[in-house]
Amino acid sequence: MVWKGDGIVAVPGSASGVLLASDQPLSFWGGYDPTSGEIIDRRHPLSGRFGANAILALPATRGSSTTTAVLLESIRSGFAPSAFVTTSMDTFLALASVVGAELYRKPIPMVVVADGHLAELVACYRDSSDGSLIARLETNGAITVGRQ
Amino acid sequence: MELPMVDLTDADEAALAGERGPAVRFAMSVVARMAPFFGADELLDITAAHIDSTVYMGESTLEFAERLVDLGARVAVPSTLNVSGVDEHGWRQWSVPPDWAMKAQRQMRAYEAMGCIPTWTCAPYQTDYSPSFGQQIASGESNAIVYFNSVVGARTERYPDLLDICAAIVGRVPKAGLHLRENRAGTIVLNLDKVPTALACDDSLYPVLGHFMGSRFAGHVPVVDGLVNRPTDDQFKALGAGAASSGATAMFHVVGHTPEAPDLQEALQGGEVPVHTVSMSELRTAREELTTTSDTLVDVVLLGSPHFSVEEFSRLRDLVSGRRCHESVQLVVTSSRIVREIAARNGTLDEVLRFGGKVTVDTCPLTTPMFGSRETRLMTNSAKYAYYAPGLLKASVVYGSLSDCVETAVSGSIRIDDSLWR
Repeated sequence: MVWKGDGIVAVPGSASGVLLASDQPLSFWGGYDPTSGEIIDRRHPLSGRFGANAILALPATRGSSTTTAVLLESIRSGFAPSAFVTTSMDTFLALASVVGAELYRKPIPMVVVADGHLAELVACYRDSSDGSLIARLETNGAITVGRQ
Repeated sequence: MELPMVDLTDADEAALAGERGPAVRFAMSVVARMAPFFGADELLDITAAHIDSTVYMGESTLEFAERLVDLGARVAVPSTLNVSGVDEHGWRQWSVPPDWAMKAQRQMRAYEAMGCIPTWTCAPYQTDYSPSFGQQIASGESNAIVYFNSVVGARTERYPDLLDICAAIVGRVPKAGLHLRENRAGTIVLNLDKVPTALACDDSLYPVLGHFMGSRFAGHVPVVDGLVNRPTDDQFKALGAGAASSGATAMFHVVGHTPEAPDLQEALQGGEVPVHTVSMSELRTAREELTTTSDTLVDVVLLGSPHFSVEEFSRLRDLVSGRRCHESVQLVVTSSRIVREIAARNGTLDEVLRFGGKVTVDTCPLTTPMFGSRETRLMTNSAKYAYYAPGLLKASVVYGSLSDCVETAVSGSIRIDDSLWR
């Protein structure tokens, strides 16, 4: 195991997937392609990475209020991240999860961690930027990161 | 640890139990579940809304809208509509696929069926349906949110798509954030004393200042101090749109010129906050960030994000009158059907069309596939277009003033007058 921590359960659920982590917020509108899961904000450090079925760790969303619609579309198309780890109670991510659960029975679990935890996750991610780290989220808010 | 639940009134509970029908139950369930994320422990009444859920993003947004209509949804407060996914009557002039147009139009019908006002614009504050000072409202669309809070003095949180319409259906929002006076105080002062007056009066400052404010001071309520002249409504619009795009700015003050900032003390509500003196070199850097290419050629000059106003049409008319757009360049203006109609009646639209310009309404290239999939070299005077076009349109972007944009459209290659920025 590479890293272990926990946070506040904002949207309950368990998930696992490749870890993608950044200390930069992301606008999903203009930043995430719901038909492929690619991160397309060319100013973002994760530009070109694929968020589909990944555990996506970011401080928050930013910018456009259409972020939620893009996420809902990615939930429908199967290209949504499998969970979010954030440092704030991000309403845009939470809403996509709440409506995704209503319409498609697919909520996206979300855990809110301390700033220091996100910084550590970003450091882990950078140290092995070949995308080989797998993160696992438990229903109690526990997060573990290990190698494939 | 889990989130706390919100305290609901008897009326809220009744709505949640389905006593006002299945649509209100659905909408109340979403609003109530979201309230803790806003830090609210109860809800409050709103008297107007602006709905951004109109943006067509694919099957899911259409399914969401039609599901609400099937459940019998009606908005409980006057609700204006943001841009849609298609120029309803003009889409055939562009590369919009018919299947997209049909579905985006179905989504338009759905929001009209809920009783919303078909304004179809991202600048609702420049219509007769704008809310007024002190009103509690629910707004989506990041640039409308920041304009309502800052310039109008209406109160809204940053409502995501899908939640804005739920709030309008129940007439309730989480009692939190910018709905409450204490959260509307400025948190950082940006002093503009070092910005020359000529630049401070020029339109081209405001998108850049907005981009600077949002990207450097995300999460803040910035207080702009040191502007002698009141910015125009279009300058405020550009400032807010730039800040909302690059940061999550939901409110700013301009001392002496916005309604909750008659003076610095009032803008800060008596608080002590850091003061940052904005240097010209910082502004030059922010301006450079809005340009992504050194290419000297351009395919499309794109104006009107947020939607072009009547005054902007007049300014454009003055610049293009008697001239002709270069054959290798398209000049495209995005606006609302209301503003286009006024521009048609006052003669400004004709001059723009005679120049060779094209106008599209109801939508914009960021939300409708009007340029097809080929890579486009854009020039724009909008920080919002400059910010989003590289990702959404795979476009390269050059930022310039309105006058730079027109000179470029006439000559066919990039023309930029830097004199105010030195």
